[in-house]
Amino acid sequence: MLKNGRMVAVLAVFIILLAIVVAGCGGGGTGSQDGGKAAAPAAGQEAAKTPANKDVILATTTSTMDSGLLDVLLPMFEKKTGYNIKPISVGTGQALSMGDRGNVDVLLVHAPADEMKLVEKGTVINRRLVMHNDFIIVGPPADPAGIKGVNKAADALKQIAGRQAIFISRGDDSGTHKMELDLWKAAGIEPEGKWYQEAGAGMGQTLNIASEKGGYTLTDRGTYLSLKNNLKLDIMVEGEKDLLNIYHVMQVNPEKFPGMKINSEGAKAFAEFMIDPETQKVIGEFGKDKYGQPLFFPDAGKDENTLGQ
Amino acid sequence: MEAVWQGLVQALYLLIRLDPGVMEVVFLTLRVCGLATVISIITGVPVGVFLALKEFPGKRLLVSLINTGMGMPPVVVGLWVSFLLWRSGPLGHLGLIYTPTAMVIAQAFIATPLVTGLTMAAIQQLPPRLKTQVIALGASPGQLYWTLLKEARLGILAAVIAGFGGVISEVGAAAMVGGNIMHQTRVLTTATMLEVSRGHFDIAMALSFILLGLAFGVTATLTFLQQKARALPGNEQKLIRSFRS
Repeated sequence: MLKNGRMVAVLAVFIILLAIVVAGCGGGGTGSQDGGKAAAPAAGQEAAKTPANKDVILATTTSTMDSGLLDVLLPMFEKKTGYNIKPISVGTGQALSMGDRGNVDVLLVHAPADEMKLVEKGTVINRRLVMHNDFIIVGPPADPAGIKGVNKAADALKQIAGRQAIFISRGDDSGTHKMELDLWKAAGIEPEGKWYQEAGAGMGQTLNIASEKGGYTLTDRGTYLSLKNNLKLDIMVEGEKDLLNIYHVMQVNPEKFPGMKINSEGAKAFAEFMIDPETQKVIGEFGKDKYGQPLFFPDAGKDENTLGQ
Repeated sequence: MEAVWQGLVQALYLLIRLDPGVMEVVFLTLRVCGLATVISIITGVPVGVFLALKEFPGKRLLVSLINTGMGMPPVVVGLWVSFLLWRSGPLGHLGLIYTPTAMVIAQAFIATPLVTGLTMAAIQQLPPRLKTQVIALGASPGQLYWTLLKEARLGILAAVIAGFGGVISEVGAAAMVGGNIMHQTRVLTTATMLEVSRGHFDIAMALSFILLGLAFGVTATLTFLQQKARALPGNEQKLIRSFRS
């Protein structure tokens, strides 16, 4: 019987340990979450009522997450409205197709041409201009393709292709990747060959790869600035109007997805929050203390066509 | 190499300070992986024993499927569970996607084949005459299974270790069905990925040390129990006595 006891003890100890961990954390986890939510209505005086359906799923791009902007904005939103926002940061391609299937409530993305396709289809509504930053071409300080100071991005790409200098592409169907492909098209080049490498990764990771391999890449300024200290990459081409990276917020149209639990109230609240003057001010200040310049420029209420002029 | 050193220092610092952000991630990791492992034990061990002892048509196909499942890429599981749980999917109305529950479901799918396959192997490795002998000693079916489980305990604990190791180390499924949401579904592996993409290599390195430490702690505990159980002398004598009494 002794051995029997041992075996039971071994299993029992393991299961009890797990149970303690599970129960302990379960309690602790929900406790702290409740604490956060309980505090929320008190902090936001305007919106005292607690929404019925709290969870709002936001599909957004890696750049807003990696730059840290959402870490600042989302707690503000939750405090103000009492919603619990779930940011899923993916490439713009995935974000858009998740919105197109009703898998998320609201989108914050930067691929205007593709966004318009969804607007025309009617799967998203209430699309609003939020902010922009700009794309830049960065590369190794030695500049093997000699593109520093070239004015037009397309010309710079032509030169990179001509010299077969390493170029790292996002290769993930993100907004940045789409922008890059547009620029290659403008340059009249089908990029292929050993020098053109697709990372299939987020912006931060792609910058790391470019830095390690001594390659060029197209990046949004925000991510580059926030990672600059770890990178051996300098800005090569900047300032062209075609290089603007324009962010819109839009909510998924609940009427297109009957039977699915789309939180359109929450989505609407988030869209309105993003263009609220107070939020816009925070966006304009974000990054100034750390990088000496803002990472994003607030644009709510402006005409998209006048940007960058 | 400096990042490694900085990471180690930072890991110790975060742990000594009991950094609330890190502790939250650590506890969620333990909770999700622990629950997934428990589910995989509850389902995997009985199925493993059953497969080891019973013969039926189609058994080889089933066993092949389970063996394939032991090498199931987490990202495949993540994708399938995502399709199930997305709002547009068949279980979308439950609203489980991007919750810890979704992560437990995905990880249970990863761990269960491991536990099932290794349990089956452990039982099948027992001397074939043991089963006959135990039945001859007058054991009921329940007693038979229990005895075989006890005899195979080393292998079964190895199965549990493998299951836990499989889920605590995976990142694909956790990121896909969990969404890596701060305070909600961020676990050690996904947090490490995020810090790398943010360029915070020192924090990523620190998290990796914490993850390794955690995996080592749990595995070492299980291994300790396993080896202690192995050291017991005179098993057979007691086995016989327990049926006679």
